[in-house]
Amino acid sequence: MSPETSFAGPLLLSLRLALTTTAVLALIGIPLAWWLSLTRSPLRPLVSTCVTLPIVLPPTVLGFYLLAAFSPLSPPGRILHQWLGTDLVFSFTGLVTASVVYSLPFMVNPLLAGLEALPAPIREASLTLGRSEMSTLVRVMLPAARPSLVTALVLTFAHTVGEFGVVLMIGGNIPGVTRVASIAIYHEVERMNYGGAHVYSLILLSFSFVVLLAVSLINRRSMKTF
Amino acid sequence: MLSLEIHKTFPHGSPVPGLQASVEIRDGEFVSIYGDSGGGKTTLLRIIAGLTTPDSGRIVMNGETWLDTARKVYLPPQKRSVGFVFQDYALFPSMTVRECLEFAVGRGGARGGVDALLGLTGLAGLASRLPSELSGGQRQRLAFARALARRPPLLLLDEPFSALDRATVADFQEKIREAHAMFGTTALLVSHDLDDVFRFSDRVLRLEGGRIERSGPPASVFGGQNVSGKFRIVGTVLSIERSDIIRIVTVRSGPEITRIVASPGETDGVNPGDKILVFSKAFNPIFMKIG
Repeated sequence: MSPETSFAGPLLLSLRLALTTTAVLALIGIPLAWWLSLTRSPLRPLVSTCVTLPIVLPPTVLGFYLLAAFSPLSPPGRILHQWLGTDLVFSFTGLVTASVVYSLPFMVNPLLAGLEALPAPIREASLTLGRSEMSTLVRVMLPAARPSLVTALVLTFAHTVGEFGVVLMIGGNIPGVTRVASIAIYHEVERMNYGGAHVYSLILLSFSFVVLLAVSLINRRSMKTF
Repeated sequence: MLSLEIHKTFPHGSPVPGLQASVEIRDGEFVSIYGDSGGGKTTLLRIIAGLTTPDSGRIVMNGETWLDTARKVYLPPQKRSVGFVFQDYALFPSMTVRECLEFAVGRGGARGGVDALLGLTGLAGLASRLPSELSGGQRQRLAFARALARRPPLLLLDEPFSALDRATVADFQEKIREAHAMFGTTALLVSHDLDDVFRFSDRVLRLEGGRIERSGPPASVFGGQNVSGKFRIVGTVLSIERSDIIRIVTVRSGPEITRIVASPGETDGVNPGDKILVFSKAFNPIFMKIG
């Protein structure tokens, strides 16, 4: 039995998915939140709505559209298959893609709130010192909004671990490939193996509790230093 | 030499409809901009720094065009060498005093630059503190040191004393004067405090209704040309009391409170809260050495 099809397999897979998703979302979400915090473009409400949409959308809706879009029978899916040789449905890459879309608001929104809460002259002071927007973001703004950055990263990670509907729609339940911990619980219950389901559930419950507690402790501590 | 000519319309509901200014400032000159709040003083500084865009205009600093709306020239703030002291400090919360100044001096800056700035502003002993661990006066000195870090030929100070107590202000004003003399910087100070204006300026621009109504040495702008005053102070009227046929005017100037006897005619139109110029012409004031 390979490690990923063992009992710990789904947990390791969840961990790998959450880490990958968080890393990808940091690269996308930080510049996006920065842009949203500064722009006066008429597109802003539209972009902002799209970012927040996954919070209210049933995961199955998102999963269904992604499934339809990335199916080898649809044009985008066919292009990906022919040009890059990847299939996004029922694969780990597909799970990462879906998770990135699904967890986008959890990365962008806390960060956006943090950046917008900083006084505008902080950024302007850095600009008058000859610093580029990029240098200002990395050296001044993100460190100043560190509690929000930490919150965004942790929530993204935790939310990805906890997702179910999107994963089931686009990834299915393939041991070692797409059977993450949340799917494993469903799978164990279907097999009437309640013991296994209990163990997975308890692990996820404790994990979520610890994560949220950590976020609230981090935020409380950083409140004191300001 | 800084020469600018700018026009900007303000949104509806602003105290003044817009800002219209045309000014020339010589190298090394210390100029104050005085006027009511909401009158466009800060906007003028922000336009010079490139943080706000005017509707139309031209800004030329030492032969370099920073802004020319007719030719679509717009130099971003990074390319304009100005030092900006913001009203609310705008310090970087995550950087210690030393880190902040190192960031401001930049890689291309002089090696000893940070230590010189720490020495000048008296922050050497506080170099490892965060802004949140500094007092108001210390924060303001850090904001000032940061603005000087790149040795800008032009220093813009936006109400730098408004949040400080008078003793701290006196100390800080000394620092500004030292720095001004040391670097030969051209400085533009926004203030609504006449004490500051008189203490510092070679010249004052009086901004009213979004226009520069008067420009010249402080005494001529505020006192009129006929004041030859051998002695004068600027103060705020605290109260005007009737006492028989005379009036007693209580005036605050800095930490000092003075009572002045006046005739009823003199106090017409003067109300508590007004800024007044107290001067003595016919008699020499008496003075004694106290230290």
